[in-house]
Amino acid sequence: MQSPLENTVNALETLGQRAILFFNRIGRSALFLFRIFQSLPFALFRPWLIFQQLYSVGVLTIVIILVAGAFVGMVLGLQGYNILVRFNSESSLGTMVGLTLVRELGPVVTALLFAGRAGSALTAELGLMKTTDQFSAMEMMAVDPFKRVIAPRFLAGFISMPLLAAIFSAVGIYGGYFVGVALLGVDDGAFWAQMQKSVDFHEDFMNGVWKSITFGFVATWIALFEGYDTVPTSEGVGRATTQSVVHASLTVLALNFILTALTLETT
Amino acid sequence: MDNLVEIRNLGFRRGRRIIFDNVDLDIQRGKITAIMGPSGSGKTTLLKLISAQLTPESGTVLVEGQNIHQLGQSELFEMRKRMGMLFQTGALLTDLNVFENVAYPLREHTSLDDRMIRYLVLMKLHAVGLRGAANLMPAELSGGMSRRVALARAIVLDPMMIMYDEPFGGQDPISMGVLIKLIKTMNDNLGLTSIIVSHDVAEVSMIADYIYIISNGNIMDQGTPAALEKTSSEWARQFLKGLPDGPVHFHYPAPEYQNDLFGI
Amino acid sequence: MTRHTLEIWVGIFVAAGIAALFMLAMKVSNLSTVTTGDTYNVTARFDNIGGLSVRSPVKASGVLVGRVSNVAYDDKTYSAIVTLSIQQQFNQFPKDSRASIYTAGLLGEQYIELSPGAEDDYLKDGDRLMMADSAMILEQMIGRIIADKISE
Repeated sequence: MQSPLENTVNALETLGQRAILFFNRIGRSALFLFRIFQSLPFALFRPWLIFQQLYSVGVLTIVIILVAGAFVGMVLGLQGYNILVRFNSESSLGTMVGLTLVRELGPVVTALLFAGRAGSALTAELGLMKTTDQFSAMEMMAVDPFKRVIAPRFLAGFISMPLLAAIFSAVGIYGGYFVGVALLGVDDGAFWAQMQKSVDFHEDFMNGVWKSITFGFVATWIALFEGYDTVPTSEGVGRATTQSVVHASLTVLALNFILTALTLETT
Repeated sequence: MDNLVEIRNLGFRRGRRIIFDNVDLDIQRGKITAIMGPSGSGKTTLLKLISAQLTPESGTVLVEGQNIHQLGQSELFEMRKRMGMLFQTGALLTDLNVFENVAYPLREHTSLDDRMIRYLVLMKLHAVGLRGAANLMPAELSGGMSRRVALARAIVLDPMMIMYDEPFGGQDPISMGVLIKLIKTMNDNLGLTSIIVSHDVAEVSMIADYIYIISNGNIMDQGTPAALEKTSSEWARQFLKGLPDGPVHFHYPAPEYQNDLFGI
Repeated sequence: MTRHTLEIWVGIFVAAGIAALFMLAMKVSNLSTVTTGDTYNVTARFDNIGGLSVRSPVKASGVLVGRVSNVAYDDKTYSAIVTLSIQQQFNQFPKDSRASIYTAGLLGEQYIELSPGAEDDYLKDGDRLMMADSAMILEQMIGRIIADKISE
């Protein structure tokens, strides 16, 4: 039986330890990122390594992006029409679908899907390599795992994200077009013309691109770090994989809010 | 008889646990030295200290007369190229096939052309008896085969020494026999120095020239296999003969039996 | 997967991505309607520019002919100086053309409408538009209506 005072002290101690572990983790991940930057020039000289990763990170994620983009776009068309028709503004459907995808859904949903599919795969891969001593073996062979394994994966993720987000938005817009124009009777010309008038290259398109670049950077960084930092057991790898998806997703959503707030202010 | 590796006053801790406490150890050139001890006694840690993957708290590790923990990055690099290490799991790179795995160090550290690389790789694979498996992927290999491929990879740059981390773990008698033969012939034919970390007493005794037994951060006993047969250390005798009770007790510390059962 | 096949797939992926970016930039956003090519600048002075800002459209007969490139305040004349960037192809505006600030729709964005005058000389780079109608400010209009009502 512990007194309330002892309980409080214990709780504080645990909290303190957790906080220290948390900051420790953040510090380690920052050092990790720094080592990646140091290895980037080397990786750039071995494009074949980057291509291999672009395949497993980018190409293999395309299918899920295409399907998700199509469905999200179609739902936007449906819901958008539903809402706009109440104000007799269904001809603005193009604007709504275009802006929503390019500014928000494109970068954000793609980043979440990326974290789930490509990110978790990266974490599992690195975790497995750590558990089977492959990193140690590389170091023993005087090969720097950062240059050979980690930096190429980072570059691949960083390059893939904006491309995937663009594909998502493009497919989504056509999905919205299909539902709005072909199925619900919105005027074809109005759809595209209104969209083009309201989607600004700098404010909307470029914003979306910057967002997806940032998300790619962060999601790939987290996925790689969680894999590299795992406890080298099978439960450790499993845990790290789920953690990586959760952390990456939450960070992307938080960043999204911050980026959106910043850019809207400067309008 | 000169020493390839000399360890003096080695001290190492993990957290609060003392792994090594003032340990002195010599590895003779050209011989097979075994480091044995119960699980968790820090045998793998010792290998990592020798290869400078870990840094000791105190003491020195001299390899070929050089303090490896004071070497600069590129010198350490060079030193590592001359050390081969065989991990428990083989640690083959899973996305490369057998041939490419063995060729890896050659491609990384030499500018040999493809023809030379092919000769060398096939020769090393032949030495371990796996030349025919050159196109298989690591996932298709059995445990024993993985280790033999890893061995081929470890010798491809003609190192001066090889460290074996628990090479005999969980192998069937035939694979065991193959590995034992390979380690011995490699060591003698290539003039290597071998350090074997293991707790398989029978297998190790067959080929080791000198044995160290480590436990609780200290060297409990050392000597040639023949000398250790007649050792006076109770502890070493229990370990080497696999006796269930001795200085390492059978019973985990517990209250008196009668008291525990009948709650007196 | 041979090296060759993998490279092809990666190539398709990157090409598709860049194509998507292009499509979004050109077809979805207004990049293609942003003034490309040469423009010439003329200025106009307004008492009140309302909601006009940089990149607001400049139209003639409702057709986009250029954009506002700069908005500045002149504290000697206590008025706003707006710089219009007009596309080179529309270089036949008479010197006495009028610039008025209108609103697109009831609550839409504001733009400058250029109404051609009658002179023979055309506007050149650096010229000043003499005739300029300021934006209509809701509060002023209401104030005027009330003032008119009172004087009745």
